[in-house]
Parts: sequence; structure tokens; C-alpha cells
Amino acid sequence: MERRDFLKNSIMIVAGASVPLSALEFVDPKEVLAANLDIHWAFLLNTHKCVGCGFCVKACKTENDIPFNAKVTRTWVERYVYTKDDRRYIDSPDGALNGYTESRIDLGQGNFQEIDPNNVGKAFFVPKLCNHCETPPCTQVCPVGATYKTDDGVVLVDKEWCIGCGYCIMACPYGARFFHPTDHVADKCTFCYHRITKGLETACVNACPFGARKMLNIKDINDPNTQIILNERVGVLKDEFGTRPQAFYIGLAQEVR
Amino acid sequence: MIEHAADMIVHGEAWTIKELFVLPNEYIYWSIQIVMYPFMTGLVAGAFVLSSLYHVFHVEKLKEIAKFSLVFSFALLPVAMMPLLLHLQQPFRGINVMMTPHFTSAIAAFGIVFTTYACIVATELWFVYRVYFVRQVEKIRSQELKSVFDIGRLALFTALTLGAMDTSKEAQVKDHKACSTMAAIGIPVACFLHGYAGFIFGSVKANALWMTPLMPVIFICSAVVSGIALCILCYVITQEIRKFMAKRKMARWADDPGAPTVEQLEGAKQEEVSMVSNYLLYFMIAAVTLEILDMIFRGYTQVKSWDILREVLLDRDFTKIFILQYGLGNVVPFLMMILPGRNVRRTTIACALVLFGVFMMRWNVVIGGQAFSLSFAGFMHYHLPIIPHDAETFKEGFFGALTVMVTPFVLFYFINKIMPAFHKDEDVVH
Repeated sequence: MERRDFLKNSIMIVAGASVPLSALEFVDPKEVLAANLDIHWAFLLNTHKCVGCGFCVKACKTENDIPFNAKVTRTWVERYVYTKDDRRYIDSPDGALNGYTESRIDLGQGNFQEIDPNNVGKAFFVPKLCNHCETPPCTQVCPVGATYKTDDGVVLVDKEWCIGCGYCIMACPYGARFFHPTDHVADKCTFCYHRITKGLETACVNACPFGARKMLNIKDINDPNTQIILNERVGVLKDEFGTRPQAFYIGLAQEVR
Repeated sequence: MIEHAADMIVHGEAWTIKELFVLPNEYIYWSIQIVMYPFMTGLVAGAFVLSSLYHVFHVEKLKEIAKFSLVFSFALLPVAMMPLLLHLQQPFRGINVMMTPHFTSAIAAFGIVFTTYACIVATELWFVYRVYFVRQVEKIRSQELKSVFDIGRLALFTALTLGAMDTSKEAQVKDHKACSTMAAIGIPVACFLHGYAGFIFGSVKANALWMTPLMPVIFICSAVVSGIALCILCYVITQEIRKFMAKRKMARWADDPGAPTVEQLEGAKQEEVSMVSNYLLYFMIAAVTLEILDMIFRGYTQVKSWDILREVLLDRDFTKIFILQYGLGNVVPFLMMILPGRNVRRTTIACALVLFGVFMMRWNVVIGGQAFSLSFAGFMHYHLPIIPHDAETFKEGFFGALTVMVTPFVLFYFINKIMPAFHKDEDVVH
């Protein structure tokens, strides 16, 4: 066969075959499994029920080895107070580790603000934790892939691989990440992955005396907490970032960021 | 339960002061070294772009300073990653960025772009200095008596020639051509190297101050500005030192019959400096225009974050942004350079101010971007640790930054011994 003919035939075969072949899709078995997984973890927080006792923060720190005396935390509770003369106060001293035992507001730098109880318009508590976003910006920016999203929807950090650049901390719009004081790597809420994968509740859900925190499998429509998300009005934090958070709030006020 | 009497200091707590409502985990995590990082890469990129003006666009007047800035950009290269290493919480794992890059991250490009860039600069330098290396080898070989030092030098220069000993006219023309090609490839890579540093910040959607597509372009322009300013500054200073040495015949080369005279040195300096400072002005106009455009756009569109940004930009950081960065760092040097009667001394002072201005710009972006809380309801103040009391406050403090600042000059001193930035060889075409 002449070289010219050989080339001509080859091109014809490739061109002819590429049309039917393009109809075929290469399937990664892991991808199919992940898409059809029957578990996708999510969280439900009821701000009406939270009283700011801080038990969740204590339980979380104990369970996950975050030192009590380090001013970082995987979960925290914020207090919002609106006065009748339209002033807004927010605080979260030590992330509410010791609960809200004082009525005065912590303004930072050792300053406090006393508020006349008769002047309070509305006040409420908002528990916060990692939102385990559907499209997490933190895993996107990690330069070494040390933080990742599991197939069942939980965002985790590989402590052995994190280089400690802090890019994920910067990328998180919710301030959920921090440097672990002794491990010196990025750290965050794991939804107590070591517990939930064994059928246990997370430490904070377990510790909440008022049922303000609930863990749920959003793919299980018979789950009563999934039912709440499906049937009631719930909100998420900062949806403008397109992160699709998986922590849903009942009674979320627009002022909460 | 883990409980200690004393508070455990977490990373960032030592230099962050919180005011009003700041989320519990928020600290100024990216501190002085992350200010130094874009500043140093900017200098590398800028110095290279300046040297390319001669090699690619054949601006003959820039011949001398081009060679100098190429050598200097090589000395700056290793320093560009120093701040990153000093900043990492796990510096020994830093190599993971090269080994397991995660390509959705802007930082992951660092390994590839930086290595490519380093190769380009090294290659270009080799083509510029190849003939010089060969001449050195020939010179040492022809010596009757060789000291241990000479034998060492001979081995070094022989290795550096890579066996290419041809110094014919044709070979030199080829060298020159290769040099231009490398410089031409180098310009986009240098811009990419710095543009991506801007992208690292510009793509953080969580940060209201950083997130703008203009960020990479602003970073490239200010990089070129700072690179050119540094080259002028160092060029003038080294020429002054050479003048001083020529006058007193202090240096070995000063005794050569062909050594440049004080007048020659002075003349060359004036011509080159005035030419380069014009380029500096063009890039300065571009950089400042983009920065102001960004600010005006934010003020005009007034999105949710504008309330807190306005307070940071126009109130809390007013002195740092408008007095130090724009005033002292841009307007004053700009006037110094455009007003009639510009001379080398005035330009040199202007360049020092420009460098300060670019440094302040990096500061205001990096630290300013962390001056407000994600809650938009509180502020964070940064206090640069001056006297270190542990490894962390040294690394991410004044002395850490100073180490990064001084290293390129130390490196330049040694590199200059092997590849003299001011060497003039008559038979070399460059």
C-alpha cells in the first residue's frame, strides 16, 4: 500500500468511527455509585429553639480535641439583640463555649455594652458550623487537594497532607475554618464523621438539650428532618456565594450573615 | 477534657485585635509574608520585563541596564518563594504543591509557572554569558601557575559552558537570537507568574475587597512598576559604588586600561535612567488608573459589602491608602518625574518612593482585605510583631520580612561574581 493511500484510509476510518463512538459515554463506576448513593448528610438548625447554653460547643471541643483554652472552635453560637431604638448588637464570646450567662454585649477589646431589658425589641441565638457546601470553595482552592468532599456529602481535611497555607480559611465565606492550635493544619467541623458513619449522632446534636440541632440524610425522604426541609420554609446562610450550603435554618433572620 | 490555666495562642491571635463582632475563627491569617510574596514576585517579573525591552524590542539604550536587571531578576527568583515557605504552617510539606498539585487551585499553578519561568531566565542568562564563560576558561587555562582557587574557577566555568566552546561570530549571532526568543517567551510567562498571584486574591469570592477580575491586571501593572523602580534604584546605587571605586582605583577592574572612566559611568547612567523612567511612568499611569477604577466602581455600584468597605477604605485605612500609597507612593514620585529638570538623583528618590508605594499597595490589599469581618459587623486590626518572642512571631514578623528583603541582595553579590552584570566584552555581540 502506498503511504498516501494508507494515510487516506486511516483518516477515513478515524472520521467514520468517531461518529458512532461519540455516542458512547465513558463511565466511571465510582461516579455512578456516588450519584446513586443513598446517603447525603445535611444539618437542620432551629433558631427558635436555641437558648445559647453552649453545650454544643463544649461537646464538640471535647469530642474533637479542640483545646478549651484556644480561641477557635468548630461550632459556635451567635447572639443577636435588636433594641427598640433600632440598634443592632451581635456577639459570640469564646464562640459561646461557656454559654450566655451575662446580658451585656461583648464589643471586643474588653468593652461591653449593657442593654436595658425593656429596650430589647427582638433577640435570638444562631448556632453555626461548617455548612458542608454542595460546591465548597475551600476544597476548590486547596493547592494540594488535602481537603475534599466525600461521596456522602461531608467536607473533610487530611491532616497528614495539609501544608497549612490558609487558602481554604480565606476562601470560606462562613469563617468555619481555622488553624488547629497543636496540629498546625486547617481544621473544621466534620459532622463528626467518625460517629455518623457508625450510626451515632454528632456530638453537638447529642448535647443539645432543646433539639435545636438535627442531623439528617437528605436523600431519605422518610427522615422526619428531611420532611421539615421539604415541607417547611427553611433558609441557608449567604446563598449569594453559590456554595449551596447543606446546613438549613428554621427562622433565619435576614440580618444573620 | 483538655483545660489549662493559660490561654493557648492560636495562629494569628498574636497580631490580631478584634473590634465589635468578628466570627470566633477569624484572625488575620495572611500576614506580612503574604504581603512580601506578591511584592517579591512583582519585582522578579518587573525586572525581567525591563530586561526584555532590550532583548525583544531592541531598545539599544537599555543594553547596560537590561543585563543588570536580568541578573538581578535571577537573584530575586529564589526569594519569591521564601515568603511562602516562611508563612506555611507545615513548611516541610511545601514541596507537595509541586508533587501533588490540585489544579482547581490558583496556588497549584505556582510549581509549574515558577519552574518554567526559572528555566527561561536561566536559559536566557546562559546565552548572554556563554561567551564570557568560554573566555574565562581560556584565560585560566592559559595561566602558567594555577592556584587552588583558579582550579575551582576553571571547573566551575567549564561546567557552565556546558561544552559549547564555539565563540565564532556565527555562534554569537545564534546566541543573541536564542536570547531574544527566550526573552519573548519570557514576557508572557512573567506576566502569568504575577497575574496568577493577583488571581489568587481576585478569585476569593468570600473576600469583598479582593474579589474583582481586575486584580490580576492591577497586580501585573504594579509588578512592572516595582520591578523597573527597583532596577533603576539598584542600577544607580551600583554605578555610584563603581564610580567611587573607579575614582580610588579600589577594584581590580579599575586598573585595567580599558576600564570605564568616572565620566563614562556617569554618562551611561544618566542616559539609561532617563529612558527607563519614562517606561516607569507609563506603567504607573496604567496601574493607578486601574486601581482607582476599581475603587470608583465599588463606590458607584454600592453592593452589600460597600458599607463596610467604605468604612475601611475611607476611614480606618485612609492614611495607609490615600496618604502613604497614593500620595507618597504615587503622586509625589509622579510629579518628581514629570516636572522639568529631572535628573538622576530626583529619579532615584522617586523610584524609592514608588517602591514604597507598591509595597503599601500590597499591604493595603492583603491586610486591608482582612481588616473587616465576614459578618460585616466588626473589624480586625493588624499589629506587625517587631520583637520576636517565638518562631512564629519571627517568621511572620518584621525580621522575617527583613530577611526576605535582604536575601536578593546577598544572592546578587554572589551571582555577580560568576555572571558580572556590568562586564563589557568587546567581541560579544550583545
